[in-house]
Amino acid sequence: MQTKGMTALELGQKIKEKEISVKEAVLESLEQIHLLEGTLHSFVTVDEEGALKRAEEVQRGLADGTVTGVLAGVPVAVKDNICTKDLLTTCSSKILYNFVPPYSAQAVDQLKAGGAVMIGKTNMDEFAMGSTTETSAYGVTKNPWNTAHVPGGSSGGSCAAVASCEVPYALGSDTGGSIRQPSSFCGVTGLKPTYGTVSRYGLIAYGSSLDQIGPIAKDVSDCAAILEMIASYDRKDSTSVKREGYDFTSALVDDVKGMKIGIPSDYLSAGLNEEVKEAILKTAEVLKAKGAEVEEFPLCLVEYAIPAYYVIASAEASSNLARFDGVKYGYRAEEYNGLHNMYKKSRSEGFGEEVKRRIMLGSFVLSSGYYDAYYLKALRTKALIKQSFDRAFEKYDVILGPVAPTTAPRLGESLSDPLQMYLGDIYTISVNLAGLPGISVPCGTDAKGLPIGVQLIGDCFQEKKIIRAAYAYEQARGSWQAPELAQKGVE
Amino acid sequence: MANIISDETIEYVGILAKLELSEREKEQAKKDIGRMLDYVDKLNELDTAGVEPMSHVFPVHNVFREDVVTNADDRENMLKNAPAVKDGSWKVPKTVE
Repeated sequence: MQTKGMTALELGQKIKEKEISVKEAVLESLEQIHLLEGTLHSFVTVDEEGALKRAEEVQRGLADGTVTGVLAGVPVAVKDNICTKDLLTTCSSKILYNFVPPYSAQAVDQLKAGGAVMIGKTNMDEFAMGSTTETSAYGVTKNPWNTAHVPGGSSGGSCAAVASCEVPYALGSDTGGSIRQPSSFCGVTGLKPTYGTVSRYGLIAYGSSLDQIGPIAKDVSDCAAILEMIASYDRKDSTSVKREGYDFTSALVDDVKGMKIGIPSDYLSAGLNEEVKEAILKTAEVLKAKGAEVEEFPLCLVEYAIPAYYVIASAEASSNLARFDGVKYGYRAEEYNGLHNMYKKSRSEGFGEEVKRRIMLGSFVLSSGYYDAYYLKALRTKALIKQSFDRAFEKYDVILGPVAPTTAPRLGESLSDPLQMYLGDIYTISVNLAGLPGISVPCGTDAKGLPIGVQLIGDCFQEKKIIRAAYAYEQARGSWQAPELAQKGVE
Repeated sequence: MANIISDETIEYVGILAKLELSEREKEQAKKDIGRMLDYVDKLNELDTAGVEPMSHVFPVHNVFREDVVTNADDRENMLKNAPAVKDGSWKVPKTVE
């Protein structure tokens, strides 16, 4: 049976109905990986043996009724900054080149409880710092729609793997747009939940106050179902939130009548590519035709989100990444002179350029004499940004806008000017600062055939509203289309 | 560039960040940090007087629990990733003279 074009839920259904075995589903996924990995390089590690063994286990569980999840038996790929017991987890960094976690992330354990079969670990920007997946220590990942272009980042491997039908779905992480932006560039659907919704236990920290794990899949229904599996209150994560309404799939309703949707006029001004703008406004028209009330409004403070973010994220990164010192795990320099020199050499040789850049900036803004002027100033700005969203959500159910100012840039164009690369995060970053949920949904392509995504942002804990709006749009748009490169594998 | 990072500052940052930088890397870092700070200075346009710094978006409080051991002694497993081991412990260079 041909399964590669199926959504995760469709494949789960076929497995449940015994039209296809778990092993067959896993073999199809591996076949596509063999066919395309040489071109795309979505993965750092593919665990064939483990996946096939796990397939048998899940098949037995389905037979004796101990495994019942809607995605039981469906293959999944996990971003390489999410710990997986007994399976190499590198964060795409040399400093963790040999790290085999002794435990799994809570989100991974929950997937497993639902009967997921993990195929492997996906490539990313080193420690999730980057917007192109080019800062990986293990080579670049290519965009399945056009291999001369980047897949976006930092969850570029996860998004490329889903877009190319190597796996039906994947987990990513989002600190400043790292699920939504590559989803937009790769033409797949990716959701960043409200901060505190998915446990961060086992997610290797970058900016702890901003990091969230979330689903990447072919459509909105899959994302809602996956989020249902991975969300939970977890005592092992001190910032986990005891929230209500984990039944995200109940929001898969094709009805937006009366829904109030706001488009920040400051998102549509200078810097936004015309083709992207056109696609975004067309999406708004579709929702309007379905009965939503759509209007533009000034969100304000948009241009302050990026500087505030880079101060806060770098500060947190400098603290979080202090643990990589060559003592307990990971890379240790071969030659050194005493303990401190061992720390310094292991870190200097183990971290890549972008990671060092952010650790240094973070160390600087936290140092005495600069702490108030930079770090506290950024936290005050964050409070103001949160307030401007609070005001917007008094009027609107959902905020609609672009995910990124452009479609995927060409390989090799972004890293030469880091500041310019950071500016590409303008529409995604404030969502992390304010802790909000956001989803990226494919809404068209540019003249070159590269995908464009629309972003729907909700108030804290209002995932259901963005899922509903995204689902309604998707019903009008039509089902997901695979890139040509993946179809070769499908036919 | 409005923000000039001195040699002393970059030495200090290197100590804080526990990074050993080559001369070339130091020069690059001075440029990079200076340029980022020029950009970050944009925040000074905002009047934030009286605004409380927000470290967390939700009104969360410290979470306490009883200090009960729930995980088993996993020494062998934890040492599996160690770069160097001696007598069931992590081995590091001499720390006290």
